[in-house]
Order: sequence, then structure tokens, then C-alpha cells
Amino acid sequence: MRKTLKTVTLALATALTAPAMLSAQELKIALSSEPSAADPHYHNLTPNNAVARHIFDTLVTMDRLQAMHPGLAESWKTVDDLTWEFKLRKNVKFHDGTPFTADDVIFSFERVPNVPKSPAPKTSYVRGKYIEKVDDHTIRIKTVKPEALMLNHLAQIEIMSAKAAKDVTTQDLNAGKGTVGTGPYQFVEFVPGDRMVVKRNDAYWGAKEPWATVTFKFIKSDPTRVAALLSGGVDVIEGVPTADAQKLAKEPKVSLSSEFSNRVIYLHLDRLRKEASPFIKGKDGADIPNPLNNLKVRQALSMAINRPAIVDRIMEGEATPASQLLPDTYAGTSKNLKPVAYDVNGAKKLLTEAGYPNGFKLTIHGPNGRYTNDTKIIEAVAQMFTRIGIETGVETMPPSVFFSRASSGGPDKTPEFSMILAGWSAGTGEPGDSLRALLGTNDPKAGSGSANRGRYSNAELDALISKAFATVDADKRAALLAAASELAMNDVGLIPIHYQKNTWAAKKGLKVEPRTDEYTLAMSVRP
Amino acid sequence: MLAFIIRRLAQALVVIVAMVVLVFFGTHVIGDPVWMMVPGDATQEQIEQVRREFGFDQPAYIQFFRFLGDVMQGEFGRSYVHGESAITLILERMPATMELAFAALVLAVVIGIPLGLFAGLKPDHPLSRGIMAASILGFSLPTFWVGLMLIMLFSVMLGWLPATGQGTTVEIFGIRTSLFTLDGWKHLFLPAVNLALLKVSLVIRLTRSGAREASLQDYVKFARAKGLSPARIVGVHILKNILIPIVTVLGLEFGSLVAFSVVTETIFAWPGMGKLLLEAIQRLDRPLIVAYVMVVVLLFVTINLIVDILYSALDPRVRLTGSQA
Repeated sequence: MRKTLKTVTLALATALTAPAMLSAQELKIALSSEPSAADPHYHNLTPNNAVARHIFDTLVTMDRLQAMHPGLAESWKTVDDLTWEFKLRKNVKFHDGTPFTADDVIFSFERVPNVPKSPAPKTSYVRGKYIEKVDDHTIRIKTVKPEALMLNHLAQIEIMSAKAAKDVTTQDLNAGKGTVGTGPYQFVEFVPGDRMVVKRNDAYWGAKEPWATVTFKFIKSDPTRVAALLSGGVDVIEGVPTADAQKLAKEPKVSLSSEFSNRVIYLHLDRLRKEASPFIKGKDGADIPNPLNNLKVRQALSMAINRPAIVDRIMEGEATPASQLLPDTYAGTSKNLKPVAYDVNGAKKLLTEAGYPNGFKLTIHGPNGRYTNDTKIIEAVAQMFTRIGIETGVETMPPSVFFSRASSGGPDKTPEFSMILAGWSAGTGEPGDSLRALLGTNDPKAGSGSANRGRYSNAELDALISKAFATVDADKRAALLAAASELAMNDVGLIPIHYQKNTWAAKKGLKVEPRTDEYTLAMSVRP
Repeated sequence: MLAFIIRRLAQALVVIVAMVVLVFFGTHVIGDPVWMMVPGDATQEQIEQVRREFGFDQPAYIQFFRFLGDVMQGEFGRSYVHGESAITLILERMPATMELAFAALVLAVVIGIPLGLFAGLKPDHPLSRGIMAASILGFSLPTFWVGLMLIMLFSVMLGWLPATGQGTTVEIFGIRTSLFTLDGWKHLFLPAVNLALLKVSLVIRLTRSGAREASLQDYVKFARAKGLSPARIVGVHILKNILIPIVTVLGLEFGSLVAFSVVTETIFAWPGMGKLLLEAIQRLDRPLIVAYVMVVVLLFVTINLIVDILYSALDPRVRLTGSQA
């Protein structure tokens, strides 16, 4: 009886959703987090950037694996170590019909650092870059020191129209005033909390899009997003919850596509304190010198983590065990590094050799709800540590509380915790920035170690990273970064756990090309 | 009457100021909003820049006085995340929430009062027992679960109603509403039922106990003795007398429907202000949280005032004078 009922309702549901499939012109996409504005320079945040890509082009574009391709810049060359020359694409028109020229590039670069009350400006991408207009379709960018990440940075700067966007505010842009780009879609409306609508730009310089209009609906609740897809309310959803991925894979109406993301989930270890670390105690509860300074202890901890089990059981296959900061398909990573194998006896042996035959007591802190299954991962890791004799407690808290305590909750604004779980996504698509931010010596003036909440510091690593940043030649730079990755991972500067996967689900018949940068783009959806 | 209203408004002002102080410093203790604003790969320098721009580097009391300055100028602070005036953001989304709350309230009254009356007048009827049992379910089932079940059943399995969003809206007097389109009603139905469920149960219970009590009163016996029709006894004599507690409770409940429809709005992706509040709290968007609390306090004060005025209409013994509180 139950089975027949299910068949009947399923047939009914398919019958009802079938007519919607015919209108292939309109695409509805559900986003899990909403952009805070339609101003592309206002808030450097994944949903904002992803939505902006529809309306605005960048000089250099990143493909789904974050490799660089010509965008509004047709070609480029380095004149010398400090000068780059870019040829701009000709016959490109903004949505309002004005032609695109070098002046628009200069205007956009000047606008980026001057957006008032920007919660996350893109200033760092334009700093130290001085543009000269050679002619209407040629520009030169001069830098103070060699800028290896020039192309990666240019891929983050949306080009706005010097004419249409002159003196417009973020509020104007949200309302559609001056929201004029050269991108494949044109702005229609932005209703905060509900939706953003764009329509096809028929005069686009690149391949024409198959969708006449695209509506992004903001649906934060995971089960609701899945239900919206199953009921035919939307055609594509991002952020498929790990718990539903396997179920959806069996659903005949739905097709899934996933890709490794550039986000690694890792444990940061307290290396700031040489003496007692606040959340590490001896078995008797007394203060002990920080054991995390001992390489063998760090190796034992990494060895105690059963990464395949976490990937399999907690992430339901929606992740892949990690060996470094980025999957080794990216340039600048090391092919020699493999995820540390799970070995309880080996870990116990190392602990004994390090002088902790009975282990110690430890508390891991982490955010609750910031990364996929974050709390469950910490709980699993804590059990695995307990198995090798390190009695491990878990404390999670809302992200808003966690990040401020983990970064500067201790005395003198030092990181407060002994061990934390966090995640990191490499927006630039290479490991240089990640290494510098997570494992470079904490030095705000030099811009290194900004997310180094463990305060790991290794002069040799710093030197390698600096050298890589000063090397413009891509291959040499990649080799230096690979060496830096090996050095940092062999010294267990942090413990990588896994790389998250990004999964999209679409109605049967639609194909979503998955991306590593977590962007959900209508340009990736094809009938 | 006028003195009464003025006194009420003065009290409201005190409550608002107290709430603003509490919420401002309360959210200040939680953490530094800068971490919720910048992307994960922000450099120290960028973080400091944002801190300076928004004044997070200043001590709490200075930030508070700056905020008060903004309020005095009618700015009420700009949302950290959206960059727009916090009050504007809330007011823009208020119609959607009002619409939902209003629909839920109507459902609660239309379903709750007849069922409650029936259960009160015929307490031993099996149907009455059924109604009372069902009302316990209505009280105890968590909203988020019922919401998901409704979506599962009516949207995913049966495909009768859409699962999310507000549907087609039309602008009436500059307000977006979905009350005038069929598609809008389809979208409104499930969230309204979900939100109304608890209130229906509440109204059933209130009406039932009121009706049971009233039906034993002398004036009902007298009316019956006079030979009035049962319909008139119930419709005029009993109903009018039990309406006072129901109006009070519904008034307050309407306030809570508007202010705390957070769960329903999140589950049904309803673009109302509850969803806005939830995101503001997660992102520590202080001006938005404070503005929301101010709006909600004002709302409750207004509703209380309206309820008091309605009282005097329902019960001539109630007098609205300035001297009594």
C-alpha cells in the first residue's frame, strides 16, 4: 500500500513538474547564502562575487578549476619585472551601449578602494598597481615590487562603466542605477532577502547564453532548498547538504555534479606558548609545558586521525582526505605529499618517544555551523585523539564568537585556544597566499600570518614564501611553493584533514559544470 | 483618553531606551563583528582598515554614543552588512511579515473559535475530545518540523503548493503584497498554516474554557429561560462575554507572530523581517539587531494600546482614564 502510494505521488509530482521543463528559457537557481549588495566592489564575499560575474566582466577570468584565461584583456605580456602590458578587447559594449575602453579600467581601479563603509573591500587587489593608459585599448600596470599574483588579482576586479557608474553609491547600484557592466547578463532587480534577477545580454562579446532570464532565489535552510528543487520551484541548487547527497543521487528527477573545492579543513596548533598552553593539561590536571612544540607529538596527532573514516562517515563522501593546503591538481602544490596514513600504534609509539607515554588532556575549539559538519568533525577527531591516550574535550561556539576569540581572545590580543578547527579557501587559486596567511610568521606589517591562529613560525618557510612572491616566472614560482608546502607539512605546521567538495543538484536534463571556487553561475548551467 | 495615550507613549520611550542599551552592549559582548564581515583570507591590514572604518577599534561606550548620535539624526545606524539604513531594511520587509502574520491570525480565529465553542458547549461529545487532543498536538509539535513536513507532503510528494518564496506580488500603495494574486495565495498558504498552528490550538483552548464557564452563568440560564434561540445565546451572550480574554491574547499573539516568525520565514524562505533578524544575529550586524528590537517594542506598545481601546468597546465597564495605569 505504502509503495503504491509512493509511486502514485511520484508519478503525480513528475507529471506536475514536467511542463516547467519545457520553458528552457528561464532558469531559477537557489543560493544558500545571499549577496549583501549588487555593488561588485562593496563586499568581497563568495555570493557577491558570483552574482557580480553575471553582470560584470574582469580583465582576466578564472575557469572552473581557477586557471586564468583572457577576459576583457585579450592578451598580456610582462615588459619587465615591474611592468605588465594588457591589450584590451575591442568592440565590447556596456549594457547601456557605450563602448568599453581603458578609461573604464582606470575608473574601476580607482573606485575599488573608495567604496564607503565597505565591510570587506577589495583594496588589496589594486594596491601597489599603477595604471597607465597607452591608448584606448592598451594599458600598462606598473608595480613597486614584482607581483607574481597580478593575474589572480585582476580576476577579482569587476570592470564598471566610467560613465554609468560615475558617483553612484552602493544603494544606487542595488536599485539598478549604474549597475551596468559588459557581462553576459544584464541587471534586472535585486530584492534583498528574496531574489536577484538578471536577463541575457544579447550584445555580449562572448558566446551567447541559453537563458533569457535567470532568477537567483536566496534559500538558506538546507532542507527547504532541497525541497524547492524536488518540487520544481527551482532548477538548480547549490550547497547540497551532505546528508542528502546520496539520497538525491538515487532520485531519478535530479542530477548531481560535484568538484573538489579550494577549501581545506584543518587543525591549527598553539605554537605561541612555550610554557603552559591554556587548554592543555597533564593527566593529573596540572600545567605542563606545551607538548605541541614537539614534532613527534604533532606527527602522532596527525597519524591518529582516520581521514578516510571522516570523509566516508561524516562527510558522506563529500570530501577528500587532505595532505596540504590545496588539492595537488593546483600549480604550486606538491605531488610528493600524501595524506598521513591512519596508524594508532605508530601514533602511540611516537607519543612515548616524545615523553608522553600516558598522553595528556586537551580541548579542541571550533565554530558551530561555519563549515560543513564542523562540530561532528571535531567530535570525531577528539575521539580519535582519545584513542591514542590524549584525553580530548570539545567546545564549539557560534562562528561570531569563535573567530574573535580564536584570533585575539587571549591576553594582549593573542589567540586564545590551544587547538582549533578551521577552514581556508584559496581564493587566488594557488597555495602562496594560503601558506603566507596560515603558516607565515605573524607580522601584520609584512602582511604575513594574518590567519595564523597557531602562530607557527619558521624562518626557512618565510624565506621560501617571500622568494616565491618575488618570482614572476610561473614554473619557478610553483617549484618554490611546492618546496614550501613540503617543508610546512613535514614540520606539521598545521594538520590538514580534508578538502571539501562542492555539490550542485539540478533538474534532470540540466548540466551544471562544477567549480572549485564555490561560485554558482548561470554560465555553468547548460540544458 | 489623550492623557492615557500620552502616558503610554512615554512609558514606551523608556522601554525602548532600556532595550537599546541592553541589546547594544549585549551584542558587543558576543564578539567582534569584523570577523563576520571580512572574507577568510583577509590580511591583518584589511581587517584593521574595516575596524577603523566602522569604529570597532573604539571602546564600547564611544561606539554607543556614536550610535546614539546617528539615532538622534534619524539615521538609526546603517547595517554593517548591507550598507543601507537599518530601519529602511526592516520596514521594506515588514509588509511580507505582516501579511503572513495576518493570514495566520485569520486562520487562528476562523478555525479556532468555532472549534473551541463546540468543544466548550458539548464537552462530552467525542468530537470535542478529538479537538482537544488535536490542540495538544498543535501546542507540542515544533514549528520547524511541522513546516518541513508540510513542504514534504504538499510540495514534494503531492506537488500541490510551492515550497518557498513569496510568489507573484503586486504593488498596492507602494507596498509589495501577494494577497491579490492566486500565485501569491498559493505561496502564502503553507507558511500561514505553519505559523497559525500553535495559535489555533491556543484559541481553541481559550474559547473552550471561556464557553464552559460562561454557559453556567446566571445570565445564560436566564436567557435560556426567556426562550431565546440557542444560536442567539451562543452568538450574542456567550461569545461577546468570552471575547475579552481572546482579544487580549490574540493582540499580544499578533505581536509575537510578527516579531518571532523567524523559524517559519527561514524554512519557507519567506522574505520577511524575521529572516533578516536571524541573519543579522549570525553576522553580528549590531545596528540591524538594535533597530529590529526598537521596531518590535514599538509594535507591542501599539498593539497593547489598540487592545486597551478595543476593551472599552467590548466592555463598557472599562474606562480609559489618565489616572489609572
